[in-house]
Amino acid sequence: MVERYVISIDQGTMSTRCILFDHRGRLVSVAQKEHRQHFPKPGWVEHDAIEIWSNLQRVVPRALDNGGVRPDQVAAIGIANQRETTVLWDRRTGVPVGNAIVWQDTRTDALVEELRRETGDDFFIEHCGLSPTTYFSAPRIRWLFDHVDGLRERAQSGEVLFGTMESWLIWNLTGGPDGGLHITDATNASRTMLMDIRTLTWDDELLAHFGVPRPMLPEIRPSIESYGVAHALLPDVRIGAALGDQQAALFGQTCFAPGEAKCTYGTGSFLLLNTGTDLVRSRHGLLTTVGYKVTDEPTVYALEGPIAVTGSLVQWFRDRLGLINSAPEIETLARTVEDNGGCYIVPAFSGLFAPHWRSDARGVIVGLTAYITKGHLARAVLEATGWQTREVVDAMNADAPRALKELKVDGGMTANNLLMQFVADVLDVPVVRPMVSETVSLGAAYAAGLAVGYWPDLEGLRRNWHRAGQWLPTMDSARRETEYDNWKRAVERSYGWIRPQ
Amino acid sequence: MTFQAAISTAATDPLVNRLSSLTESYDRDMAGPVQSIERAAAILRLLAGGPGRLGLGEVAASLGLAKGTTHGILRTLQSVDFVEQDEATGKYQLGAALLHLGTSYLDVNELRSRSINWADALAARSGAAVRLGVPLEGKVLIVHHVFRPDDTFQTLDVGSLLPLHASALGKVLLAYGAASLEPLVEAEPEAYTRHTLVSSQQLNRAITETRDAGWAAAVQEMIMGEADIAAPIRGQGGLVVGAVGVSGPVESICDSKGHPHASLVGLTRNAARAISRDLGAARW
Ligand SMILES: Nc1ncnc2c1ncn2[C@@H]1O[C@H](COP(=O)(O)OP(=O)(O)OP(=O)(O)O)[C@@H](O)[C@H]1O
Ligand SMILES: [Mg+2]
Repeated sequence: MVERYVISIDQGTMSTRCILFDHRGRLVSVAQKEHRQHFPKPGWVEHDAIEIWSNLQRVVPRALDNGGVRPDQVAAIGIANQRETTVLWDRRTGVPVGNAIVWQDTRTDALVEELRRETGDDFFIEHCGLSPTTYFSAPRIRWLFDHVDGLRERAQSGEVLFGTMESWLIWNLTGGPDGGLHITDATNASRTMLMDIRTLTWDDELLAHFGVPRPMLPEIRPSIESYGVAHALLPDVRIGAALGDQQAALFGQTCFAPGEAKCTYGTGSFLLLNTGTDLVRSRHGLLTTVGYKVTDEPTVYALEGPIAVTGSLVQWFRDRLGLINSAPEIETLARTVEDNGGCYIVPAFSGLFAPHWRSDARGVIVGLTAYITKGHLARAVLEATGWQTREVVDAMNADAPRALKELKVDGGMTANNLLMQFVADVLDVPVVRPMVSETVSLGAAYAAGLAVGYWPDLEGLRRNWHRAGQWLPTMDSARRETEYDNWKRAVERSYGWIRPQ
Repeated sequence: MTFQAAISTAATDPLVNRLSSLTESYDRDMAGPVQSIERAAAILRLLAGGPGRLGLGEVAASLGLAKGTTHGILRTLQSVDFVEQDEATGKYQLGAALLHLGTSYLDVNELRSRSINWADALAARSGAAVRLGVPLEGKVLIVHHVFRPDDTFQTLDVGSLLPLHASALGKVLLAYGAASLEPLVEAEPEAYTRHTLVSSQQLNRAITETRDAGWAAAVQEMIMGEADIAAPIRGQGGLVVGAVGVSGPVESICDSKGHPHASLVGLTRNAARAISRDLGAARW
């Protein structure tokens, strides 16, 4: 019998990845391509959606090639994507209206302030589980309407479509202007601020508040369901799933039961806790979000602590400061010194996300003395990821019935042993890495494979999960408390840098 | 680093001094200095000390050498990246590789990052623990470790050192010139078990066999009851930068006759090739 595989597409912030998995959930081949990051103004971050689509057209054949796999051996396609990033495009030509506005972009801050002042957070939290921040999609649509002439009218008439990256890719994969499917999944829709978090449908009151016309919106579908077959790239292969990348990682870590959590360390880092079918409201700065939705089964919800800047701080250290040649070299540099030398970096590049939610914060480096070397700065970069995780875990422990006993981690930064040890040290719990660190991709593959019957059930998937590495806490508690206190004081210093307009 | 900065660093670089003391020791101890090495050292000194880029004629004239001889030496230095030639002007300057001499050209943390997917897949497929090793001061430094996928309690070995002569990882590093045998043999390698290879004859034979086969095994050569299999990780140009291998109890790594399972050897070599390809080693 010919082997069959599931293919996953991980359309991330920095790159687009295509990975083939076999029946045991083992990685068979990878192809990846980075796309350009556009920073037209301070606080603005954009991607070219056309570039991303053409990158996808390159990585899919390459992944098949690398694995020696023919398209007809592919049982299903699963898609995971950077969330909240907003693309508008012309239904007839397939041409995007300008660049996509990326989740890190803060151009909507004035608009968001206004919404909070006029309507208040409670209204929004009640309807969609989120309070307004520059992070989510709806304010971006509104911003585009306010800045592009005639756009609202074209959206009203259905000529211009909205989507996050999975919508854009599925539309293109299924025919584009020629009858492409215009759909999104419930996890992605839960990040727009336009969806009723209970019914998983577009909410008229929210649409009215943001002035978003219904005809431009994709249909909301379950995350795990056979949507249709691809026309381009992998003709006749079923698209079986779409999830936001963080929800995909939750799925890939097989956190199927309430109380199970994971943290993914990529461009940003995202801690998600499965809360089952309960819709839990955070009182400590976390978000309520859709975890996943299997065809007609009840919705599984999650509590989420998003951290905007972790891996991207390493990237900044490499590309903008030029102190290292590759991201992993930060560990080599950090190991040239014993400790941070009293230096702390709070990377509030896009304000601070969970649990602070301060859009008026900007990055600070504190504790500088003549003693500080680039090695200390490298430590401070890595430690910033550790302490930001600690803050989110504290919030999670305060909201959840039981404290976290162990942290499951994945993503590119988990290759950094110094960092993983530090995370274990500051959380004072074991940190565990599973045997597939490309967990976002694995989750998308699992979801798609389930949708088409390639895998029978969740329990089978759970058996594929294995511990690949583990870090146990060794830091003494007095030191932990002192350092945490220093970190908190550093965070306070980042607040209020941006003056109200 | 800018080119100018590179030049000024190289001018004070101990390498240049090391090269010249090398030629001096030839003077004293041996039949006579190797003339072309002397001349190469002079050319490097000239390029490091000069105002910037120099043309072939300028180099030849400065050192009083024939153009043909000078060109041959410059071409050789260029082929090992010690010298670079500007495409537009044809002039020569010190090469970037000089700055990285003595430090491994691939950062070990980068090696881990770039091999993590394949090391995971190897552990999942083989059912064995996976380790990556690089040479460090006559030992094998473990730079990455993936647990045996049975969810039992295990601890990370990253940072620990293995003997070159008693591990498959080490034998691979020895066989492909990533580590050298002479100092090891001189220091009388320790016999950990009765299977440990200690004589220079045994070790040389193991090295030849490893090169011929493209992989190595060490069966109960360090610890009774334990075995490992390893294959070379190649970087650009085919240079071996490390080794990847599976390890565990003899019963799981070897068949009843004590030979490594062919399937494990195949999986290990495939993983090594996949990593090498990702590192830019075209032919593997
Ligand atoms: N060894 C390392 N140490 C520290 N940071 C690292 C290391 N390796 C990668 N990174 C960082 O991790 C990030 C890449 O991780 P990963 O590939 O999981 O992210 P990503 O999936 O590309 O992100 P996104 O999905 O947002 O595109 C980069 O920001 C990089 O700076
Ligand atoms: Mg990602």
